[in-house]
Amino acid sequence: MSDARAQILDRIRGGLGRKAGDPTNPAIDRIQTHGKNLIPDRGKLPQDQQVALFIREAERVAATTAKIPHFDNVPTAVGDYLRRHNLPAEVKIAPTERLTALAWQAITVAGGRGEASDGVSVSLAFGGVAETGTLVMASSPESPNTLNFLPMDHIVVISAADIVGDYETVWDRFRERARRAGTEVMPRTVNLITGPSRTADIEQTLQLGAHGPQRLHIVIVDEPPA
Amino acid sequence: MQPTSPNFKANAKAALADRPLQAALGKLAQGFPMRRAEAAARLPEFERLRDQARDIKDHVLENLDRYLELYEAKVVEQGGQVHWCETAADARAAILRICRKAGAISVTKSKSMIGEEIAINDFLEQNGIEPVETDLGEYIIQLRREPPSHIIAPAIHLSLDQVADTFLEKHTDLDPNRAIREPRALLEEARTRLRGKFLGADVGLTGANMLIAETGSNVLVTNEGNADLTYGLPKVHIVIASLEKIVPTLEDATTILRVLARSATGQDMSVYTTFCTGPKRPQDLDGPEEYHVVLLDNGRTKMIGSEFHEMLRCIRCGACLNHCPIYKSVGGHAYGWVYSGPMGAVLIPNLIGMETAGHLPNASTLCGKCESVCPMRIPLPRMLRRWRQRQFAAGRGGFVAKTALGLWAGLVTRPKLYRFLMGLGVAALGQLGSKGKFKWLPLAGGWTQVRDLAAPAGDTFVAQYHKGPRGDQSGDLIRKGWRP
Repeated sequence: MSDARAQILDRIRGGLGRKAGDPTNPAIDRIQTHGKNLIPDRGKLPQDQQVALFIREAERVAATTAKIPHFDNVPTAVGDYLRRHNLPAEVKIAPTERLTALAWQAITVAGGRGEASDGVSVSLAFGGVAETGTLVMASSPESPNTLNFLPMDHIVVISAADIVGDYETVWDRFRERARRAGTEVMPRTVNLITGPSRTADIEQTLQLGAHGPQRLHIVIVDEPPA
Repeated sequence: MQPTSPNFKANAKAALADRPLQAALGKLAQGFPMRRAEAAARLPEFERLRDQARDIKDHVLENLDRYLELYEAKVVEQGGQVHWCETAADARAAILRICRKAGAISVTKSKSMIGEEIAINDFLEQNGIEPVETDLGEYIIQLRREPPSHIIAPAIHLSLDQVADTFLEKHTDLDPNRAIREPRALLEEARTRLRGKFLGADVGLTGANMLIAETGSNVLVTNEGNADLTYGLPKVHIVIASLEKIVPTLEDATTILRVLARSATGQDMSVYTTFCTGPKRPQDLDGPEEYHVVLLDNGRTKMIGSEFHEMLRCIRCGACLNHCPIYKSVGGHAYGWVYSGPMGAVLIPNLIGMETAGHLPNASTLCGKCESVCPMRIPLPRMLRRWRQRQFAAGRGGFVAKTALGLWAGLVTRPKLYRFLMGLGVAALGQLGSKGKFKWLPLAGGWTQVRDLAAPAGDTFVAQYHKGPRGDQSGDLIRKGWRP
């Protein structure tokens, strides 16, 4: 296999007319600088307008949204959603203290990873991108990413302060977090989610809920994260 | 798969007579281009983003060896493995080794054109491992044992009835009298069936839309969420990707994402864009225990520095297919291999040889629409012409075409003689045409069989131009000796 590696790299250098061991390496510079390219204007709005744009864009791709003042209101918002869709009062939640510490009252909750039997999951977003109404989900022990895909209904809780204009700001936030914690920039899995699952593979007819959730509900919390 | 590209002409003829196919292509021709245009119009910066996306890939290709080394180091650092493969056979062997080591009997797969290119499904099956395509379109064509007819919509050639018939024929454990002749019922049936496959798989095999050198991540773009259930549930995740999929940074990947979905389906963003970085981390409750990248060359490094170098910028969005008059007339299967449309006509001869795929570069009107919509601004018509030139230089093509082209090439370098003969020809044809039309002409039977050819009226263009009113700037240019 390492032979294949050498052959492949040699052929590339040959094609480019370059020799191995050239000391200048613009690739390293570009990666270290990780400069931003053009960011569309609509990703550069002031914070309050970003939240409004995020909601507009998310709803345009068939997600639903709700706005609540405090984290303590999350169980009520989830309860409203379950009643509206006539779903059993039972949800699988991401095992993060922000969710497990809430008073869930009449809703039966279990924390853990996603399982085939889960009907509704509730998870917490790392961020949101207003430009396209996209949720950014970062995997971790407190945020198993199977919760994003196995249930039919996915409810995502996000702090308004975590909604930013563009993806670039999210990457910077990952880098900043990694620098402080001394970890890798990227979590094992980052899922950018823009609306519920869909397919148009049968006669180009759009249908929601292909393999992932058929409904995506986003609960935006005004209270800044602790 | 065994290419049927040498039979392009027969394939195309059959496709033109295939009614369900023509209905599907009609729908495609209306839908995709309109949605792309709307998405582009919604983003004022779209054209500048295309320029940047092109520049990013050009920079990558100029430094591809360096980026591959940096990417590999990053994957290894995070507990993954990179398997370098020169040929399709090497890649198949690498995948089989990983599957065997994991004791795999079932492999779920999310759509990958490289998977098609190396025909991994047949190979796994021959080795006693069950491959299961999970993208709905791919699943349908896997049941029918067909290649994809479009790079992003693999079952676009089929009608609802054909899909229903396939499910009735293949899902024999279900009630044969069930009502499934509507899209929702078909989707539910496939979803239920594939859910079981996802949960039972030992290995998940995905493609990659991009590989990021900065972070060692692979990017997966889907609308269904099938890729996420493919890598997320089994013990082992294998990524199969060709080596030009590299981009430098997260920012560069983002720029390409901004043009990818808009060009492909007319969405601003596909539903699921996933960045996978290595295997499961300590304390993770889910995720694969092993992470492998099978990195495939299969003829691509030979394109580096060649006249087809820029083809390696392609991000497989399918825009050139959706806008191509030939693709929209004959569909993807006529091209006879896994790729199709203008990108296929340029790429396929590079991968399987001009001898096998020589017809494909000729299946183009060179109208230029493909280049005008390509998010990476690949000069597809120029490269199609390069293949035609190579064919001519290699003495391929029919006797008539060769003689006619040779004659024309000789004449066109002698402008006075050329104009004199053209003048004669035009005058003679003008006389011969009946009521300004030809019902039949020698050597033009292919045209006159189905429609009349207009007879020339009067002079040649150049002659008329010289007679025309003076003072027009372009006329002056021609008179001063400028030649187009």
